[in-house]
Amino acid sequence: MSARVIVLGAGIMGLATAYDLAKRGARVLVVDRSYLCGGASGRNGGGVRAQFSSETNIRLMRESIAICRDFATTMGINVWFRQGGYLFLTRSAAKARALEENVAMQNRCGLPTRMVAPSELRAIVPDLSPEGVVAASFNGGDGVVFPWPFLWGYAKAAAALGAELRTFTEVVGFERSGGRITGVRLRPTRPSPLDGGDTVLAAGDAYVEPCDEVVLCTGAWSPKVAAMAGIALPNHPHRHEICATEPLKPFLGPLVADLTDGLYFSQSMRGEIVGGVGVDPVPEGINQQSSRAFLAKYARSLTRAVPRLERVRVLRQWAGCYDLTPDGSPIVGRVPDPSNLTLACGFMGHGFMMAPVMGKLLGEHVHTGVTSELFAQWSLDRFARGALLRETMIIG
Amino acid sequence: MTAKALLCRCEDVTLDEVDAAIDAGSHDIESVKRYTGFGTGWCQGKQCVVACARRIAERTGRAPELPITPRPPLHPVPLGLLAKLPPEEPR
Repeated sequence: MSARVIVLGAGIMGLATAYDLAKRGARVLVVDRSYLCGGASGRNGGGVRAQFSSETNIRLMRESIAICRDFATTMGINVWFRQGGYLFLTRSAAKARALEENVAMQNRCGLPTRMVAPSELRAIVPDLSPEGVVAASFNGGDGVVFPWPFLWGYAKAAAALGAELRTFTEVVGFERSGGRITGVRLRPTRPSPLDGGDTVLAAGDAYVEPCDEVVLCTGAWSPKVAAMAGIALPNHPHRHEICATEPLKPFLGPLVADLTDGLYFSQSMRGEIVGGVGVDPVPEGINQQSSRAFLAKYARSLTRAVPRLERVRVLRQWAGCYDLTPDGSPIVGRVPDPSNLTLACGFMGHGFMMAPVMGKLLGEHVHTGVTSELFAQWSLDRFARGALLRETMIIG
Repeated sequence: MTAKALLCRCEDVTLDEVDAAIDAGSHDIESVKRYTGFGTGWCQGKQCVVACARRIAERTGRAPELPITPRPPLHPVPLGLLAKLPPEEPR
């Protein structure tokens, strides 16, 4: 009899993992507290890039981008993948030096990233103001996708292999015996009348689903869910806001990201300028509400970077939560107790782009029980051991 | 109504596309919004949300649902105007 795996969270991380496990013959159930695309997987800017500072992230993202490039063919769904590159800007000398070091590391990993002088910026984005920009880097292989169809693609492919997806179902506890989880206590939910599903209400009695393995892919909700299994995570949710303008004729090739104030913007395949900016402080805890202060800061930052956008109108703004860890790296892999619980959280706002490659690695880890060097490095106990990691290329 | 009747004029979402979303397993309004893109264009759902909610109710046999989560701003606003707003949140 094949193993019964319950995946908590039907964001892209949970669905990509469920798909891989289903391919390996596991009987998979994926549950989610709300509708599909209700969390960060449905709320992010769709950027996929290999421009990171650590070798680990650069190599993983090269593989993830390759999967994105083939996704339409292999999964039969159009994810609007467009390789227009990522253009990173910085307005400080210290960050310019760090950017140069990162580019050198990316080159050692085989990426064609190059430094771009402020005077050359307009060759890449004709409308970009070079004023105040000290240095920039460009990798033409980075790109953007439309996030939603990734989830449908993985969900449909997993279902075709026998996996079950149960939305509007929240975890309320775990049944434990002998250091293992023997079942997950679940409860049906319905959208709250206050905000149409950003929060959910109980809508029925709890019941237990038996399982052999549990994979926790609950993003910003991870500390709350892990606590039910007796695991204290050092992660915390951090709200990030984003907005979209009216559609324009295609004019913007790359996603532009300013490492100084966390501004980023790109043009989606339907023509909207989609972007955000770092805002501080943000409300504590899970919060998916929008603020006017964000719009004001984003509009100032964006019109400084591209003055011609002044008359372009914002159509809508929304928000989602990053899942932040103390050292900027994710928390992934089995924990010692309960021994059949695998964590996959703390992806720092780039979990979406990492999920295509992570799904495969997580599937292998859960299926074989073997811990790779990468997962050992990313394990929860690194905080107790003091073996912290470092990643500086985080936007916002 | 014909299958090609437009339920969402901004994003060109037709009746049969909403039906296809429901048949593919989207039985709540937020899921149907994400599957078809209705309500994400110029009017942000002001013109189409009632028609889409009604169709979901008819097709699933459930009571009509709440509207989709409203997204600010209420009307499209130019970036140049937003850039002049005070940086603090109004009290």
